[in-house]
Amino acid sequence: MMVFIMCFILFLVGLYGVLTRRNLIKIVIGLTVMEFSVFLFLVLIGYIANGEAPIIVPGIKAPVFVDPLPQAMVLTAIVIGLATTAMLLSIAIRIYKKYGTWDIREIKNLRG
Amino acid sequence: MELLLSIIIGFMIIGAIYALHANDLLSALMAAGIVGYSLVICFLLLKAPDLAIVQIVVETITLIYMVAIVLNSSRKELDKGKRRNAFLNISIAVLVAFALVYYFQLAIVNLDVLGEHAPRMAKAYMDGAAEKTGSANLVTGVLFDFRGYDTLGEATILFTAAVGVLTILRIKGRKEKA
Repeated sequence: MMVFIMCFILFLVGLYGVLTRRNLIKIVIGLTVMEFSVFLFLVLIGYIANGEAPIIVPGIKAPVFVDPLPQAMVLTAIVIGLATTAMLLSIAIRIYKKYGTWDIREIKNLRG
Repeated sequence: MELLLSIIIGFMIIGAIYALHANDLLSALMAAGIVGYSLVICFLLLKAPDLAIVQIVVETITLIYMVAIVLNSSRKELDKGKRRNAFLNISIAVLVAFALVYYFQLAIVNLDVLGEHAPRMAKAYMDGAAEKTGSANLVTGVLFDFRGYDTLGEATILFTAAVGVLTILRIKGRKEKA
C-alpha cells in the first residue's frame, strides 16, 4: 500500500510542476515525471512476490513468472513517451527562437 | 522489498522537487536524471529487465537532447514575478489535491497488496508461449506475436513523431516561386 501512495505522490509532484512553473523546460520535466509515475504504477500492479522475470529458461520446471502483459504495454508506452517528449522539446525550441525567452507569460502577452 | 522500493521512490520525489525549483536549468536537468535512472533501478527490482534496458536508453537520449537545447539557449531561471490571487489559487490547488488523494485511496483499496497479484488476463499468453511464439522471452512474445498490431501502431507513432520533429526544426522554408 505504501508504494502505491508514494507513486501517487510522485504523480502529484509532476502535476504541481506542470501547473505552477512558468519555464517551458520545467513544464516538460513535470510531464515526464508524471509519465514515469504511471509506468511505475502499472509495473507495480503486475508484480508477484518471489516471481521470476518472464524469460523461459529450459530445464527449470514451472517457475512463477511476474505478469508479462503490463510490462509489454509499458514498453510500448515508454517508446511513445520518448516520441511525445521529442515533439514537445522541438516546439519549445522553436518558441524560444521566436520569442527569445522560456517564459510562457511572454508568449501569452504577445498574442495578437 | 516494499521498504526498499519506497526509499527509491522517495529519492525520485526529492529529485523531482529539486528539478522543479532549481535556479540553473542545467542542474534542473541533472536532477531530472535522478528520477529517470531511479526508475531503471525500480524496474530491475520489479523483475522487468526489458523495461530497464529501454528506459535507460530513452532517459539518456532525452537528457542529451535537453542538455543540447538548454546549452543553445539561456540557462537562467526566470525572475519570480508577483502573483495575483495567490491565496485563491493555492486554496483551489489544495482542494483539488485532497479530492485526488481521496479518490485514489478509494481506488487502491480494491487493489491487492503488493506481490499478491495473480495473473488472470495474461494466463492465456503464458500457457505454452514458447511453443506458440518461439520466443523464450514472454514480453517480446506478447509484443511481437500476440499484440503485434499494437507494436505496429507504436512504430507508426514513432515515424510520425520523427517526421514532425524534422518539419518543426527545418530552418529554411520552401522558396517562393517567382
